[in-house]
Amino acid sequence: MEYIQQLFEQIFGTDWGSAFFLLAKNWVLILAIVVPLLLGVAYLTFAERKIIASMQIRVGPNRVTFFGIPWLRGWGQPIADAVKAIMKEIIIPNSANKKLFLLAPVLTIAPALAAWAVIPFSPEVVLADINAGLLYILAMTSMGVYGIILAGWASNSKYAFLGAMRSAAQVVSYELAMGFALVCVLMMSASLNLSDIVNGQQGGSFFSWYFIPLFPMFLVYLISGVAELNRAPFDVAEGESEIVAGFHVDYSGMAFTVFFLAEYSNMILVATLTSILFLGGWLPPLDIAPFTWIPGFIWLLLKIAFILFLFLWFRATFPRYRYDQIMRLGWKIFIPLTLVWILVLGAIMQLPDSIRSMFPLSLWF
Amino acid sequence: MNFQDFVFYFFATVLITSALGVVTSRNPVYSALLLVLSFVTCAGLWLLLEAEFLAITLVLVYVGAVMVLFLFVVMMLDINLDRMREGFWKWFPFGALLALVLVAEIAMVLSSGPFSLEAMPSPPAQAADYSNTKELGRLIYTEYVYAFELAAVILLVAMVAAIALTLRHRTDKVSLDPGKQVMVRREDRLRIVKMASEKKE
Repeated sequence: MEYIQQLFEQIFGTDWGSAFFLLAKNWVLILAIVVPLLLGVAYLTFAERKIIASMQIRVGPNRVTFFGIPWLRGWGQPIADAVKAIMKEIIIPNSANKKLFLLAPVLTIAPALAAWAVIPFSPEVVLADINAGLLYILAMTSMGVYGIILAGWASNSKYAFLGAMRSAAQVVSYELAMGFALVCVLMMSASLNLSDIVNGQQGGSFFSWYFIPLFPMFLVYLISGVAELNRAPFDVAEGESEIVAGFHVDYSGMAFTVFFLAEYSNMILVATLTSILFLGGWLPPLDIAPFTWIPGFIWLLLKIAFILFLFLWFRATFPRYRYDQIMRLGWKIFIPLTLVWILVLGAIMQLPDSIRSMFPLSLWF
Repeated sequence: MNFQDFVFYFFATVLITSALGVVTSRNPVYSALLLVLSFVTCAGLWLLLEAEFLAITLVLVYVGAVMVLFLFVVMMLDINLDRMREGFWKWFPFGALLALVLVAEIAMVLSSGPFSLEAMPSPPAQAADYSNTKELGRLIYTEYVYAFELAAVILLVAMVAAIALTLRHRTDKVSLDPGKQVMVRREDRLRIVKMASEKKE
C-alpha cells in the first residue's frame, strides 16, 4: 500500500499525489462494496421468487441453470434477467421531459448506493468512519424521494404522476417516525457513529442489544422501513390493480431496472441498518466458545438475511393497506409513540443512581 | 494550487452556476432542482470547513424535506410563463437598482476589517476523535440555551398557527374507526340460516 502511495507521489508531486492516491484507493473500496451489493440484489430477487413460491406451494424459477448442472436449477435466472434487461430498448415517451426522464433513475440509485459508505461490516472494516454516520444515512435516504417524484412528473402521464404523489407523501411521512426511532438509539449509545453504536451494545449476550430496551422502537423502525421501501403491505405507490405500476410505469429496459436495483439495494440497506442499530451488528448472540469462532461479518450477514426474510414473508402474507390507513398509522400512531418513548427514555436516563440500582437497568444505561 | 483549493473552486463554480440557473431558468421545475444542486454543493463547501454536522443537516432539512415540498407544489401548479413575464421590462430598472445596492452593500461589509482574510484564517485542523456534533450540542444547551429555546417556541407557535388556520370541522365526511373495524366478529355481520332444500314446483 505504502509503495503505491510513494509511486503516486513521485508521479504527481507530494500534494496532488496523496490526494490522487486517496481517490484511487476509495474507488477500489467503493467497487468492493458495490459489486457484491449488486450481486446480492440479483440473488435477493431470486430468493424472493423462490421463498414466496414455496409459501404459495409453487416451485418458482427452475429452468435456467449454470452449464447444465442439474442441482443449480433456477440459479441462472437472475443473470438471465439482467442480460434481458440490458438488451431491451429504452423507450422514451413522446410527451415526456427527456432530460428529467433520464435523470430520475440516476437520482434514485445514487443515494441508495451512497448511503453504504458509512456502514461498518465488522470492527474496523468501514469505508468512511465519520462521526455523524447516522445523520449521513438519514440525509442520503431522504434524497431518494427526488427520483420518484421526477420519474412521475417527467413521464407526463396520469398514472405515473399519481404513483409518484402517493409514494412521495408516504416516504416523507414515515421518515419522521423513522428519525425519531433513531433518536432513541442515539440517546442510548450517545454517539452518531455506527461503529460506536454497535460497540455500545456489547455486553456478553443478546440481552444488551438495543432491541430489548427499545422494543417498540425496533418495531416502529422495521415497519417504517417497509413503508419507506414502498413494499407490500405498503405498496400503494405501485398498486398494480389501481394505477398499473405507479411512478415507473413508462420506463422500460435498463431505465426500469435501475429503479428496481435501487429498490432492492435500499431493502438490503434497511435490513443492514436494523441489524446494526437494534440487533448488535457483528456481535455474536452469546460471547461463549462456539459462537465466537464464527467471524463477525458472518453474524452480520445472518442478521441481514433474517430481516430480509421478514420483508419477503410480509409480502407473501399481508394484504395491501388502504391509503388513508397508511397515513393514519404513520402520523397518528407511530409519531406519538416514538415521541412518548423519547420522553420515557430521557426520564430513565436522568434517574438518580440510587433508584436506578433497584431495577436491573445497568445492563443498558 | 493544491487539491483542496481545486475542490473549493470546483464546488464554488458549481454553486454559482446553479444559483444563477435558479433565477434564469424558464421552467420552474428546473429552478427547484438547480436550487437542490446549489444546496448540495454548499454542503460540500461546509464540509471543507470541517462543519460536518451543519453540512449534513443542510442536506437533510433543506434537500430532504423543504425542497421536496417545493417541488411538489411547483409540479402541481399550472404556471403560465408568458403571463409571469409580462411586466419584466417595466420593473427591470427598479430591480436592477435594488440588486446593485445589495451587491454594493455586501461587498462593503465583506471587504471591511472583521471579514478580511487576516481576521478569519482557515480553522485549525481538529484531532480525528473530535466530534463536531457533540461540541455543537454542548454549546447549544449551555451557552446559547436561551436563544435556542426561544427559536423552538417561535417554531411551535408557527406550527400551532398553521394548524389552527387550516383546521376545518366537516360534518359531511365519512370516516371509519379502525379500532372498531378490527373488533368486528363474524357474529356481528353474518347470519347462517339452516333451511331444507326446496323442490321446484
